[in-house]
Amino acid sequence: MSEKEVKNLEEIFDQRIARDEKIEPRDWMPEKYRKTHIRQISQHAHSEIVGMLPEGNWISRAPSMRRKVALLAKVQDEAGHGLYLYSACETLGISRDELYEQLHTGKAKYSSIFNYPTITWADIGAIGWLVDGAAIINQVPLCSTSYGPYARAMVRVCKEESFHQRQGYEIMMTLAKGTPEQKELAQDALNRWWWPSLMMLGPTDAESVHTEQSMKWKLKRKTNDELRQQFIDQTVPQADLIGLTIPDPDLKWNEKTGHYDFGEINWDEFWQVVKGHGPCNKERLSARVNAWKEGEWVRDAAMAYAEKQNIKKLKKVI
Amino acid sequence: MENENKIQYIYGIADNALILGQRLSELCGHGPNLETDIAMTNMALDLLGQTRSYYQYVAQLSGDEKTEDDIAFLRTERQYKNVLLVEQPNRHFGYVITRQFFYDVFHLLLLQELQNSSDETLSAIAKKGIKEVSYHQRFSSDWIKRLGDGTEESHQKVQEAINDLWRFTDELFHMTDDDDIAMQNNIGVNTIVLKEKYIQTIEGVFEEATLAIPETKWFQKGGKQGVHSEHMGYLLSDLQYMQRVYPNMKW
Repeated sequence: MSEKEVKNLEEIFDQRIARDEKIEPRDWMPEKYRKTHIRQISQHAHSEIVGMLPEGNWISRAPSMRRKVALLAKVQDEAGHGLYLYSACETLGISRDELYEQLHTGKAKYSSIFNYPTITWADIGAIGWLVDGAAIINQVPLCSTSYGPYARAMVRVCKEESFHQRQGYEIMMTLAKGTPEQKELAQDALNRWWWPSLMMLGPTDAESVHTEQSMKWKLKRKTNDELRQQFIDQTVPQADLIGLTIPDPDLKWNEKTGHYDFGEINWDEFWQVVKGHGPCNKERLSARVNAWKEGEWVRDAAMAYAEKQNIKKLKKVI
Repeated sequence: MENENKIQYIYGIADNALILGQRLSELCGHGPNLETDIAMTNMALDLLGQTRSYYQYVAQLSGDEKTEDDIAFLRTERQYKNVLLVEQPNRHFGYVITRQFFYDVFHLLLLQELQNSSDETLSAIAKKGIKEVSYHQRFSSDWIKRLGDGTEESHQKVQEAINDLWRFTDELFHMTDDDDIAMQNNIGVNTIVLKEKYIQTIEGVFEEATLAIPETKWFQKGGKQGVHSEHMGYLLSDLQYMQRVYPNMKW
């Protein structure tokens, strides 16, 4: 294809996006669009799968039958999200095995929040409330993103995430209304998860390298700082309602702006975790790598068996 | 007295579902691929759902303030009446599937009889469970075939698991005193008569899977009397942790 023809295709492509048309797998797309989407959708899929680990840590110790079943179902939902996101990503011409390879070798990233440990039951409530809460804020705009398979997967993901968020908040509410020991568990979890949750919305706009292009492709509708503000404005009253204190002495309502002002985020900690040196980066990655390695003989067996069955069928036909 | 017998009889069924559900739920997030992970979690959810129905019924029969959680989390080790098979650890996927298969085949036969119980609640729980457990058995038999007739390595691994776990299967058919009384009252099932069908089903699947039942006359038992393996204490430590550390609280 000549340069002129490519330019022409690019123009048509840009116009389609501007008209809010969906781009489908068989449509022409610029290589950069394809690569960016593979990067973002796979990062999202990996986050779902790695995210199963910190919560899975409490399934066997959940405090009641109702909570155990709800947590198990929630973690299973995350696996389901991973499944549709990997499938959406595969429509861009990359296999699930290749995507796993990128995760296992550290080439692909996942959300840093999952590199923090879940050390008490209250962390399960805090994750649902704060982490899923921040995820929803990130993800709702993606339901109308330009790439069709991603947008459609996100509609379903967001419905389930919003249920998880209510479930997490309900765990926190139960603890906050419980005995002094339970309230202490809830407050301690909030103290530990608050700042990492704010970091989930990404680096400040000045530091964010992908924002401009992503806005153009509707992979992003608001900047990181706008999303963070939205999360804080939404979450502070929820904490107030159940009598928990946000661990930020600088947090206060600003009448003029109509938003909460908040304290300085520790970006050194953010970059430390992103670069692989958070409290559980090594554990999370090795858990994924081990599950994959230990499962190899099982996947091989399934393939070998399927081949044998095919041969048997063919013989019957002949 | 009749209630006490019924309660003990229900423990003999429900505790299997609880303990196997607990073992399966330990695997959530660690499966050999996503689809299998999701399927095994489904089975854990089914089993824990069945457990809740049984325990809620026990709580009702007890007539005191007891809840399903007291029953699930606050008994001592000797009071759990599950068979030894279901408490065996998740050593590798071959063990997980073999344990599941050995239990599923029995479980389905049991529920097919239990649906005729004169006790309406037990009959209803059994009817609902049959649909779920039919799927479990299909899942585990399919995997037995894949592993048995897959690669040389998978064949060897699953046969190893069969050789280790077969000794726990005979206990499934033992009748305790409570089982006998429940059977006489038309509440419970005579498990002895299920054995022939059980062996036939296992042999049928094994034949397709090119696997064999080990030749042994020696079997292990004790779980039904609350005499468990050394694995059980650790399983209960996890299961009961929150209720023991923070007693008398609502979650």
